Parts: sequence; C-alpha cells; structure tokens
Amino acid sequence: MVLKELCLLRGVSGDEDRVRDFVRAHAEKYADSVAIDRMGNLLAFKKGTDSHKHVMLAAHMDEVGFIVVGINDNGLLSYEPVGAIDPRVVVSKPVRVGDSEVPGVIGAKAIHLQTKAEFEKMLRHDDLYIDIGAPSKAEAEKLVQPGDYVTFQSDWREFGDGLVKSKALDDRVGVMALMSVLENEYPCDITCAFTVQEEVGLRGAICAGYNVEADEAIALEGTTANDLGDVPDPLKVCRVGRGVAISFMDRTSIANRPLFQRLRDTAIAAGIPWQLKQFIAGGNDAGAIQLSRGGVPTAVLSVPCRNIHSGSSVASFSDIEAQFSLVDRYLRGERE
Amino acid sequence: MKDTLIKLLNAYGAAGREGNVTDVIAGMVAPHCDEMRTDALGNLICIKKGAGRKVMVCAHMDHIGFVVTDADEKGFLRVGSVGGIRKSASINRRVVFENGVNGVLSNELDDFSADDRKMENLFIDIGAASRDEALSSVSIGDVAVYAPGAFELLNGVVAAPAMDDRAGCAVAVEALKALTDSANEVAFVFSAQEEVGLRGAKAAAYSIDPEIGISIDVTPSGDTPKGPKTAVKLGAGPCVKVRDSSLVCSPKVVRGLEAAAGRLGIAVQREVLTMGGNDAAAMQLTRAGVLAGTISIACRYVHSASEAVSLPDCERAAALLVEFLRNPLGE
Repeated sequence: MVLKELCLLRGVSGDEDRVRDFVRAHAEKYADSVAIDRMGNLLAFKKGTDSHKHVMLAAHMDEVGFIVVGINDNGLLSYEPVGAIDPRVVVSKPVRVGDSEVPGVIGAKAIHLQTKAEFEKMLRHDDLYIDIGAPSKAEAEKLVQPGDYVTFQSDWREFGDGLVKSKALDDRVGVMALMSVLENEYPCDITCAFTVQEEVGLRGAICAGYNVEADEAIALEGTTANDLGDVPDPLKVCRVGRGVAISFMDRTSIANRPLFQRLRDTAIAAGIPWQLKQFIAGGNDAGAIQLSRGGVPTAVLSVPCRNIHSGSSVASFSDIEAQFSLVDRYLRGERE
Repeated sequence: MKDTLIKLLNAYGAAGREGNVTDVIAGMVAPHCDEMRTDALGNLICIKKGAGRKVMVCAHMDHIGFVVTDADEKGFLRVGSVGGIRKSASINRRVVFENGVNGVLSNELDDFSADDRKMENLFIDIGAASRDEALSSVSIGDVAVYAPGAFELLNGVVAAPAMDDRAGCAVAVEALKALTDSANEVAFVFSAQEEVGLRGAKAAAYSIDPEIGISIDVTPSGDTPKGPKTAVKLGAGPCVKVRDSSLVCSPKVVRGLEAAAGRLGIAVQREVLTMGGNDAAAMQLTRAGVLAGTISIACRYVHSASEAVSLPDCERAAALLVEFLRNPLGE
C-alpha cells in the first residue's frame, strides 16, 4: 500500500529526501514536468485538457520529529523537538537516530526515583534524553552526531473499524492524495506541490506559492481530531470517520468564501462524507500560499487524525478516501 | 468627515468578511479614482494615476469578532476569536451577524478563565431554543461583531465599535477625494484581514509594488486614568508613528510626515508604541523593501465596543495625508 510505504519513510522537517525521492519516481511517470525548487519543494505540473485555470494542490512531505543537539558524557543524547511535540507523548517511546537508523528510546527518571514534586511537574523536552545504549560519549560519537534527525519508530497497524495507526499520517495522507491526482486527467492545469518544512513554519510553502503562481490553491492536510474522552462537542475540532474536514478558518488562513462554498457544494452533490473543522486551531500551507505574490484564494481539506504529532496517530480509511474523492470531483467538475 | 465615518462604522465587516465595507467605500470613491479592483484576499484597491512617485496608502476595513464553531443542544453558539478579542471588553455585549441576527456574547460562570486565548467558555445567545433552530439562523463559520452604534461625547469625540480602523478608512476616503492635484501615483488600499496578521496588506503591497507605503490606523491613547503607558492624547493632532512592535518606521517617512505637518502648520504627536502592529509592517518587507510609515489616530479603549477618537484629529490626519501625498519626502 502506497500510504503505508509513505508513512514508514523517515522525513523530519529539513530531511525530506527519502519522501521526495519516493514521490519523484511516481511523479515523473505522470506529470508533464517535475521540478525541485531551492527550498526542496517538489513541484509536479500537469497540463489540463482545456487549461482554463491553474490550480495548486499542496501537501507537505515533512513530519514532526527531533534533532540531536548534544552528546552527554554518559552517552545519552540531548535533543530538541522539530515541530510541535507534546513532551508527554514521547517518554519511553522508541526512536531511530540519523541516516543509519540507530535505535534508541526516549527516557526519563523512573517513577521509583522521582520525588513527589518531580512526579507532579510536567516533564519538558529538556528533562528527557535519547538513550542509544552507548555507555560513554566516545561510544555514542561512533554512531551519531549533533544534527542527526530522529524519528518515531512506529509500525503501521490497521485496527478496529477501518482505522490505521502510524507515524506521519500528517501529512502523508495528503501526499498520497496528490500522487493519485497526478495519475488522472483534469480540465484545469494542476501543480501538485509536495512541500518541505511545514511543521516548522510553513517555510517550503512560502516559496512554493511564489514559484507556482496559481489561480487558486487547496492544501491537503492531516488535522487534529480531538474526539476522545470527555471532550465537549464544540471542542472536538473534527471527528475520525465523519468524512473529510473542510476548514472555514484556522490560525493561519481564512478560507476564500467562494472556493470554500464550491468545495462544500461538490461534497454535497457527490455524496462525499464531509464535516467542518470546528475549532480555530492549527495552521498549514494555505496560510503561506494565500499571501504569495498578489494573493491567492485558498482552502484546506483535512483528514482527521487522533494523537496527531505523536508516533501513534490514528486515521480512518474512509476519511482518507473522502479527501481524495472531494479533490478529484472538484477538479473534474470545475468549469467557470 | 463625520458623515463618512458614521457610514463606515455602520457597515458590517469582520476579518475575512469585508464585502459590505468594500461596497460602501467603493460607492464613495468611485467618481474620484482612475481604477478600482478587489483581489483574492478581499482588498479594495483604488488608484489615482500619476507620473511621479508610487505611493500606497493603506487603511484596514476589517474588525475583530467571534466566529461560530458550533451550537449546543440548547441553542447557544460556541465561538472562537477573530483577531485580538479581549474578554473583559466583550462579556454581555450585544453582537450582530452579517445577516442581521442579534445576539448577546456571554460567559460560563463556573471555572471562568480570564485568559483571552481561551474562548471555550464564551457563548453567544441568539435566543434560539435548540441546536437546529440556532443553526437555521446562523451557520458555523459565520462571524459576529460588536453591534454598531456610534455616539458623540464632548469636544468632537466619537465612540463606536470598529473605530479600529474605520477611522483610518474615513481619513483615507476623505484624502482620496481631496487629492486632486498630485503628480504622484497613489494606490489607496482598503485592506482586508489586518486583525488576523496583516494579511491583506501583504498581498496588496506585492501587486502594487510601491516606493512608499503609509498606513492609517488607530493607536492606544495614554490620556485615561492609569491608562496605557503612551504619550499620545486625544485631540492633540494626528500621530506620526516612530515604531511599534511590528516595525521601525522609515526615518524618511517620519521626516516627510513632519515636514508636511510643518507646511500645513498643524500640530502632530510622535507615537512610540511598545506593542501592537499594523499594515505598514507588511508593506515595509514587501519585495525588496518599501519606505513605510504610519499616521495614527489616538484612540481610547482600543479593541472594545466603545473605541473613542477625536473628529478634529481625523480631519487633520486627512489634511496631513493629502499634503504628504503631494510631496512625500519633503523635496
């Protein structure tokens, strides 16, 4: 399965090569042109049958992870998160360090040794270390060095009623949807932008938006589903299994009204399951693309993910399907 | 000035939903400009042609508000903030939607957090009895703003919601109408989405590509009891911004504004703000850089439903802007 392969590829922000190589091999088969810009975005252009407009679709290749910032005398690695990661989700989690994929575990002081005050205080990344089993700094230095990227080690597991657990669903779901789009013919010109460094500030998309210079843009994302536990309905953001989430607003963009309405109307007309993203949170590549050059109308379509930005994000295959279906139908039906 | 200002204050216009304000302004300025267009972000761009320097004037149309994220079973709307909402200025206020639906913005009493970043325990009561009834009047994604209602105080002081930045829009409209003899090319931009991050101005500045950019916006006035720590006052004239948290104004523009004020013989105040941001910052960093500055209108109770400015300040700001546009850099 393509999505499984994509999710298992390691690609923390700034280290997207493996994902880009995978996408490139596919894009070169189907696109009219494939370019990699200076930031590292892969831009795959496909001419339309009547080219009445140029639509940019964006999905980011990078995932959240960590970077080694130092090696301590005892052989433990100090690290910083790359992208927003809650320190509470990383303790005791297995990771892979660097290009040679050195196995490690993120460790904290054992509960037996903690004082009451320590136990009640929330751990910060500064309090945690990556243990690669090296007994000394010298031994650790043979395996890793500062600057090495670290990813969650997490298998792909399908479970329950059509759900999957994996790392990096945010945003390999969008990457897969764009790869599928490239296989098809549409009336409009399309550029599928596979962007870099979204998780550290929409950086790739700033340049991609400028380079593509599209008439409109749609970002395909994985977004927060907050539908577990006793969360009150208005705070659930969106719910796994209820369809593709269409955003009217988040922290980085307000959806272009006409584009938002066309997408929603397409979903209704085609019977594609959809929901609104009902909380003003998060940001994504649309925020950068809408501000490129003289401004671009943008919208965002997301797959809801539980435990997003962890090693065990969870999504529904039906939502993943709905995200692709909505983009596909929109592009097919799009004539103005 | 007063008529223009009141008309602008009465138009609905939340960030991302500026269409009504655009229509009102377009009606006012159409006979006075050579070219008019809107863009993807919702900016209204009005151009007066000329062979001289290219100057962009920017005043934002949008207003802070509350976006509906859901309705509960009893018909109360849940909201998120659009722009820098302050809870303390909002509780039990009348709010209104674009379609005219009225509501009261209120708060849960238990576990109330005064943290302005947490909008979870606010709600809007539109009188609906059920979720279905609420969502048949208002849609998720609709934005409520403080209901309009301008009123006058002594000494030409006018208070209303949305004074930030319809006061700037009114100044720009009056300047646009009065500027009949400039050799410079002036793009008057009535910008969108300022309150959510100077978004409209950034795109507009790119497409216009000006040499000089000047924004017209309100700034907190420091003349109320134990008020904001700033030297500017109501009624003491337009302010020439030196800096705020978003930009250090180009010294050439600061000097140009002060020279223009000198030519007119009007008093101006220097404004040094230790917070805030405005469209001039977005213009300044566009393309290879723009000479950017701001004419500010001193305003009490910024980001509340009673933002108060002095009409004489607005009138003198318009005169200052016109004189600046004739000869921006005092040459």
